Amino acid sequence: MLRLEPRLEASRTWAALTPVMAVAATMVAGAVMFALLGKDPLVAIRTIFWAPLFDPALAAYARPQILVKAAPLILIAIGLSLGFRANIWNIGAEGQYVMGAVAGGGAALAFYPLDAWWLFPFMLFCGLLGGLLWGLIPAFLKVTFRANEILVSLMLVYVAEQYLASVALGLLRNPDGAGFPGSRNLQTYESAHNAELIAGTGIHLGVVTAALAVVMVYALLRMHRTGFEIKLSGQSPRAARFAGVNQAVLTYFCLGTGGAFAGLAGIFELSGPSGQLSIDFNVGYGFTAIIVAFLGRLHPFGIVFAGLLMALTYIGGEMAQFMLNLPSAAIQAFQGMLLFFLLSMEFLTRYRIRIRRLERN
Amino acid sequence: MTGMFFRAQEISKSFPGVKANDRVDFEMATGEIHALFGENGSGKSTLVKTIYGLAQPDEGRMWLRGEDYMPRSPQQARAKGVTMVFQHFSLFDAMSVAENIALGMDQPPPRARLSEMIANTGERYGLPLSPDSRVGDLSVGERQRVEIIRCLLQDPDLLIMDEPTSVLTPQEVDTLFATLRQLVAEGTAILYISHKLEEIRELCDRATILRGGRVVAKCDPKEKSARELAELMVGRSFSAPARAASATEGELLLEASGLSLPPVSVFGTGLTGVSFSVRAGEVLGIAGVAGNGQEELAAALSGESRASGSLRLDGVELQGKGINERRRLGLSAAPEERLGHSAAPDMSLTENAYLTAAVRMRLSPGGIVDWSAARSFAESVMHSFDVRAAGPFSAARALSGGNLQKFVIGREILQTPRALVVNQPTWGVDAAAASVIRQALLDMAEDGAAIVVISQDLDELIEISSTIAVLNGGRLSEQLRVENVTRDELGLLMGGAKGLREVADAAA
Repeated sequence: MLRLEPRLEASRTWAALTPVMAVAATMVAGAVMFALLGKDPLVAIRTIFWAPLFDPALAAYARPQILVKAAPLILIAIGLSLGFRANIWNIGAEGQYVMGAVAGGGAALAFYPLDAWWLFPFMLFCGLLGGLLWGLIPAFLKVTFRANEILVSLMLVYVAEQYLASVALGLLRNPDGAGFPGSRNLQTYESAHNAELIAGTGIHLGVVTAALAVVMVYALLRMHRTGFEIKLSGQSPRAARFAGVNQAVLTYFCLGTGGAFAGLAGIFELSGPSGQLSIDFNVGYGFTAIIVAFLGRLHPFGIVFAGLLMALTYIGGEMAQFMLNLPSAAIQAFQGMLLFFLLSMEFLTRYRIRIRRLERN
Repeated sequence: MTGMFFRAQEISKSFPGVKANDRVDFEMATGEIHALFGENGSGKSTLVKTIYGLAQPDEGRMWLRGEDYMPRSPQQARAKGVTMVFQHFSLFDAMSVAENIALGMDQPPPRARLSEMIANTGERYGLPLSPDSRVGDLSVGERQRVEIIRCLLQDPDLLIMDEPTSVLTPQEVDTLFATLRQLVAEGTAILYISHKLEEIRELCDRATILRGGRVVAKCDPKEKSARELAELMVGRSFSAPARAASATEGELLLEASGLSLPPVSVFGTGLTGVSFSVRAGEVLGIAGVAGNGQEELAAALSGESRASGSLRLDGVELQGKGINERRRLGLSAAPEERLGHSAAPDMSLTENAYLTAAVRMRLSPGGIVDWSAARSFAESVMHSFDVRAAGPFSAARALSGGNLQKFVIGREILQTPRALVVNQPTWGVDAAAASVIRQALLDMAEDGAAIVVISQDLDELIEISSTIAVLNGGRLSEQLRVENVTRDELGLLMGGAKGLREVADAAA
């Protein structure tokens, strides 16, 4: 008979092993699914996990793409992880990402076609501010009226999307665009273009910022009082009050940081890989980042690993789609499996499975 | 097995990481009050849960009236005549006494008949109770009566009582004991769980002592002194705290006047005009039955909740100042609940040391935490107060209650605050650790600190306090010199008498 027993303390070994085991289990279950779809499972798995990184013909294109996809995921997830650790649930990073892009892009386009050194930093600052302010709305409502930040931040995503649609069709529409929706392309606006720092590598300033954010958050959690307060509030709210933690300040800090990082991710994406503010500018980075944050166990370095892994399955999945003719639903199911296995394996850090012989009688 | 009314043989039960019961043998005769005692974690609760059908043992057998007995649920236990009064009541505040009792019965009779039964049983056993009163309006002692009558209505042959007196005033304890003696005279067996040794000596005929899940002694408690019983319980000898003969009290340090706090819920307790003053070197004991505003008072003093009124430390007004500002000025506090309030369960002792010591020990100048200084501070607390743990990296959760309590009290004492408020400093703590903690509080007072000890343990307060006051319904009685007051007087104050004059009237 199998029995589950709670562990006295969460197992550190299992905590470190579960992501690896989840990936392994996903590969096995995914292989079964691909086999049932009539594809060679080994080829499919290889296309998703191996080809983007090491295939001589594909890696040159895929590797930079992984960085380009991973950077916003990591930057947003690292901001969200602060709140999640403190039991402050910002589900609306997608909206903050959009508002960052709109605010930053709007600021840059307002000066079009100015050629000035300060335009790029000013645009980034406005992007950060847009996300920050959008994130502070749920914080303000939570602190002042005890409104649930999960609902407020989520609903603000839809507000942001509507606003994006409005400006893409109206205020910021490209005057030279022959009436097509969408703004001017920032890639062709020299002083606002977030170009690759080293051509062909995919490394743009957003990638560097994401890396810096990881290090900063790691240092904050390890060394700063605020990091301690965040962890304490999440683990033990009453002890946090006893330690003198100001919950209102912490709420503003966590939602504000989450918003600011998401806003930055938005403006880096807009001024770089995407270029154009259009109705379908946002592709779900803000929601996927929630998964990335948990996949990385809310740990800064874990989030880097999770962001890269998630980006890999996106790129690899796309490749499998057009190379092996796999339906996109199969790729999504495959990504869903990864999450499923991660959550179920996490169970093992808190419970152990005991095999017992049935007692007589 | 004949002869013995109840018998358990070689009962063993394990939980992850701990053997709660290890081949426990135990028996009771009809018509005896049998004490079961031991420190926290000694396996008392597990054994009792086994008898009441809330837990099944891994090994062992039990007999009741000579027949095999192994209840799978409390219903089965009650069907065989075994009932239990829990330490924590399961009553609904908004319902009447009769409704509450009906809810707890397997087959409740019609309401009118039930009310009659409640009145009759109450009269017979000296437990007066109106079936129609709302439970929310009852005192804690009266609530316990509801639980007891609920059990008595089922005509039990074996009644289990878990720490029944921890919520009662001394007078209520006397009433309860009279009821229990009457029940025993009628042939009921009572299993009495307590860690109050004087009570056990007064009430019980036999005692079984558990330590670490094993039976370590069986004795007649009347033949032993409380000290001997305590040593059997902890397995070694220890000394009682000693107050310095020349304890002198200095100038006024901590002064509260008119502290008030509205209650948080309908049945909650607020504070009404609480005033006291504590001099340097003085220990003020605040007695009272649980739920009379102890937690609220502790929070109002520490700064966790914002009360109205005035609180001064050495003349400086503390009202309007947050908890860390109060710490900086020299007022520290140690709350009742260790895990989750005084300490974060999953954090290390180093982190938990930083939790309250950040301000006074300057552990995070400019916001950057000096973890090595925090670790040395944690180590010095562990060293000074003999905290047994693997190291400063141990999680608070991994410590025993006594060790963690020594840590959280020691953490405050080593910051040398000018005044310290502790709530239930020895609650659920083994006797040896309790004695260390009391001694440390006395030493601190001797060094010139003002100390406020909130406790439900009257013996503890009489032992360490210089002055004493009673908290009842959120009001604090006048402050009395401990040598000028008797236990009975304190008991009456705990029961709601307004002041000494009324106490004198009641005595007359």
